Amino acid sequence: MTRTVRGRAPEEAAYGFPEPLWRALARMRPPGMGRTRAWRSPIRGRWLTSVFGVVLLVSLPLVILTGLLDYLAYGPQFGQAFPVHTGGLRLPQFDWPTRPSWLFRLTQGLHVGLGLVLVPVVAAKLWSVVPRLFAWPPVRSAAQALERLSLLALVGGILFEIVTGVLNIQYDYVFGFDFYTAHYFGAWVFIAGFVTHAALKLPHMLQGLRSRSLRAELRIPLSETVPEPADPADTETLVALDPAAPTVSRRGALAIVGGGSLLVAVLSAGQTIGGVLRPAAVLLPRGRSYGDGPNDFQINRTPVAAGITPEMAGDGWRLTLLSGRPVPTVLDVASLAAMPQHTAELPLACVEGWSTVQTWTGVRLRDLAALAGIPEPASAHVRSFERNGAFGQATLNAGQVLDPDSLLATAVNGEPLSLAHGAPARIIAPALPGVHCTKWVSSIEFRRT
Amino acid sequence: MRYLRRLYGAHPLHLVVVLGCLALAGHAALGTRVNPGWMLMAIWFAVALVAHDLVLFPAYASADRLLVGTFGARGVNYVRIPLLGSALTFALFWPGIVRQGADTYLAATGLTQEPYLARWLLLCAIMFAVSALVALVNAARHAARRR
Repeated sequence: MTRTVRGRAPEEAAYGFPEPLWRALARMRPPGMGRTRAWRSPIRGRWLTSVFGVVLLVSLPLVILTGLLDYLAYGPQFGQAFPVHTGGLRLPQFDWPTRPSWLFRLTQGLHVGLGLVLVPVVAAKLWSVVPRLFAWPPVRSAAQALERLSLLALVGGILFEIVTGVLNIQYDYVFGFDFYTAHYFGAWVFIAGFVTHAALKLPHMLQGLRSRSLRAELRIPLSETVPEPADPADTETLVALDPAAPTVSRRGALAIVGGGSLLVAVLSAGQTIGGVLRPAAVLLPRGRSYGDGPNDFQINRTPVAAGITPEMAGDGWRLTLLSGRPVPTVLDVASLAAMPQHTAELPLACVEGWSTVQTWTGVRLRDLAALAGIPEPASAHVRSFERNGAFGQATLNAGQVLDPDSLLATAVNGEPLSLAHGAPARIIAPALPGVHCTKWVSSIEFRRT
Repeated sequence: MRYLRRLYGAHPLHLVVVLGCLALAGHAALGTRVNPGWMLMAIWFAVALVAHDLVLFPAYASADRLLVGTFGARGVNYVRIPLLGSALTFALFWPGIVRQGADTYLAATGLTQEPYLARWLLLCAIMFAVSALVALVNAARHAARRR
């Protein structure tokens, strides 16, 4: 890259076609733009940027992948993953498995948890390259102009995904549009920018990483910290023209960013790992305690919000099993209790990144399917008494109905379900997204196709 | 090939990758035509970019310069680090701290956002206190070494 042609600037600095236009642009530098003396950080440089870059290169694909898996876990084949219409961005669809039972807990926990933990790294990466935003000329060729455009997708995309994700897990819908749809399409814009940036900058990043030894760098204290050497021919250098005296070493900067990530990890891991760690999530909705009774665990929709009264869950409650027979099977609480009971320890995991493991007891869904006359259904459609809201119903795939641990639960931790947890009966199934663990069940329709 | 490179400013493969990126991003943007509306999405993208690049960055960079000027190279990190921790936690958890989205929060959890502001302030206080303690210990060690 440092090859020079007849004494001219190296290739990277070369102007493309039409050269006079790009040169004219370069001459019209507004005050403050370009590699001015205002940029003074003594530690900005290609190595530091490359370190942040490689961390994101390795970890962000995991956030992307788990996010897309969470979309698939919602069951797009039943029209219950949002957005319903994805156009050409349709993912390969498959029946979401029930094993391991912690699968959805893992994917959503990683997506939200890792996404939060990476926020300080993203901020640091942006800080490390921000002089390039004010570079002048902004572009020297059509290639650079297009690449800059792709950076809009990259940086706009990651900021948009962080902002909408962070707001969603805290029930703050200030943005006023459908979260799922925006987060899904925003993700694809980001993926476009990310893949492009990674492809174009990988050689540059590897060069940057090789330019210094990480192990050696970790032994350099503040007193010995000097700026990275700047290649005078490199027009894209991040190294300051007139660096200030360092106030933090490079290893110190890495420690600050890593410390920030650690702080976020401590403040958010508890909402999905639970147990003794849960109270550590002091600033998140799901670090809070509801008490220590058998029914005292996280709720994601109150009976009041769902329009459920205690009377609706009382003696008058009936469960309707539909299977295409002319007369549906109707069960009351007593007849449900007379059926074989099964107990399973299963996580209740939400796409918002929290989960909790409880011991559930109830009737197996496959026993109900057999009772309704379709012992091997292709799917089951569950409805709730709940009014308003997008999740008063859910469709389960065959595996989710037939798994021996899939229950219409009536009790949790040895006690009847509380009204807030869906009394008298709710769905709980292994690896099923929490939002499909329908509460206050009114009917289940077993389908042959 | 060399002529093409000169003209465009990079290897033709660069063009393929970048056009692929723009096509995918454009296709995703088309998906938002009806819901939530591409205009609204574009505004949020733009606001996020401007808020970070032209508001947040200049603000924290100036604040940092002010801090370095006030506390000097030796003292600045004892203020800078707890301040960064406070800013990071505020940025991530502000809906709870300023009680935004109170209705949806209540409908979902059955609880209010009442405790968060006090908890966040306490967390900030702890970070500053720990930092002050470390500063004191370091100052004492420094003084002892001098003697």
